[in-house]
Amino acid sequence: MEITEKDVEHVSSLANLKFNDETKKNITTQLKKILAYVKKLNELDTTDIQPTSHVLPLQNVFKDDLIKTIFDKEISFQNAPRFDKRHYQVPKIIE
Amino acid sequence: MQYEAVIGLEVHAQLKTKSKIFCFCSTQFGSKPNQNTCPICLGMPGVLPILNREVVAFTIKMGLATNCSIASFCRFARKNYFYPDLPKGYQISQFELPLCQKGNVTINLNENTKKIGITRIHMEEDAGKLIHGENLGQPDSSYVDFNRTSLPLIEIVSEPDIRSSEEAREYLLKLKATLEYLNICDCNMEEGSLRCDANISLRPEGEEKLGTKTELKNMNSFRNVQRAIEYEIKRQTHILDNDEKVIQQTRLWDTGKNETILMRTKEEAHDYRYFPDPDLVPIVVNDEWIEKIRKDLPELPDEKRKRFVKQYRIPEYDAGVLTSSRPLADYYEQCVEMFPQPKTTSNWIMGDILRALKTDDKEIMDCPVTPKHLTDMLKMIDDKTISSKIAKTVFEEMYSSGIPPVEIVKKKGLVQISDEDSILRIIQDILNKNKAEVEAYQNGKTKLLGFFVGQVMKATQGKANPALVNTLLKKNL
Repeated sequence: MEITEKDVEHVSSLANLKFNDETKKNITTQLKKILAYVKKLNELDTTDIQPTSHVLPLQNVFKDDLIKTIFDKEISFQNAPRFDKRHYQVPKIIE
Repeated sequence: MQYEAVIGLEVHAQLKTKSKIFCFCSTQFGSKPNQNTCPICLGMPGVLPILNREVVAFTIKMGLATNCSIASFCRFARKNYFYPDLPKGYQISQFELPLCQKGNVTINLNENTKKIGITRIHMEEDAGKLIHGENLGQPDSSYVDFNRTSLPLIEIVSEPDIRSSEEAREYLLKLKATLEYLNICDCNMEEGSLRCDANISLRPEGEEKLGTKTELKNMNSFRNVQRAIEYEIKRQTHILDNDEKVIQQTRLWDTGKNETILMRTKEEAHDYRYFPDPDLVPIVVNDEWIEKIRKDLPELPDEKRKRFVKQYRIPEYDAGVLTSSRPLADYYEQCVEMFPQPKTTSNWIMGDILRALKTDDKEIMDCPVTPKHLTDMLKMIDDKTISSKIAKTVFEEMYSSGIPPVEIVKKKGLVQISDEDSILRIIQDILNKNKAEVEAYQNGKTKLLGFFVGQVMKATQGKANPALVNTLLKKNL
């Protein structure tokens, strides 16, 4: 599958990013090259290989159901661009 | 034309763990805004989520209770979308490998039983809560509280096996009862610990092919689920009858207007770009873990219902009502233990108690009448201390004041009069006062017996033993 400018538009709108035409062209060319490079992997025979869902040979890493305070909330409150009445304030999202 | 509705439900249940699904924040409802947050649930860069073991155990419980097969291998995926209530920009959920699959629950409707298939049950995290504009502060702003972010949820997806709003309601009630029996969810639709979306389409009766569906959201009570589905069936019927096409879309239930309104059409539907979450390692569930959980499963609604029918010899219907919630079933069993007349007890609970609770919008846990009080009263009816008519008065008093029935009866002098001499004296008096009626009775108008009984009851303020009054009246007329 060839990457087209349309795919770039779709993905950038999903990612909430806006590009001008020049950048869009640029990204399309770059993504094409990247995918062509990754395509090389198709040359490998993976018939008997299990799909990897995690790169580390680990499973069942759990925490106990406990309540712990690990962080001073005030720091995250202060970090917010806008914070009022104990809430994170954002541009209104419904009409 | 006659249409058949094809309905599938997606139910979200908040799991009753102490801490959130991937961090150590509390799940306490009603905490100060943003009190239960930390860098992990706020989605700060560089943090590592760790799965709460209890969430897996709870989900397996629900899977086993709904006859699902439990996956020996599963994992989490990221569901990507942008919304201010989702701090990471993605929700951690499960996609192609859910923990539970291919189950079913049995519903009872009008004496028929029906199996509703369960496609899957998967684990995921909840999103935050938004308050808009003037409801909190400035009209041009929305406000986010992340306390709910990352609370553990299970999503239970049904097969499109449901054919009516009543079946949908029964299915939902069955899931609720099961979650409550397992003690893994509070199931409060108003508070949002149980949420339901519905997919609905219509097809001409007898047709195999599915019609175009719409998705219904925002139905925050059992009643609204039923109403919204009924409304949507009517709306789609109207469209099809006019030879128009149903458009695939998401609609919201508007409680105020009692109708569904358009939220978004398919064109705007999201592309979630699911992919395995690299921060979380796979979950492997071995048979040992499953069997340990299975062994600890409590008696479930269906089993309890069957046992009630067998053990207490009460009708299937009674058993269904009494086992519809675990606290109610416990209440009943406590009563029957103290007063071993199962059907009488069932009648009072299903009648007076449930009616009173419904009027006050209360649950059985908050019933002012304890099993001890109820059975003390039933014992007094049984040994004829009070008549069943007086018992209604005692019950009302007991329900509103919480005073033990024995005291009420003593205080108000409600003890039944079963002393023949006293009743005879009253009867004589009444017969003397109503000569004309006595004569009519003796001339064959036997229906007047009721009149005399009424007079005696009136004279004794309902306290005379009705059976005795009947016998004595017949003798003396």
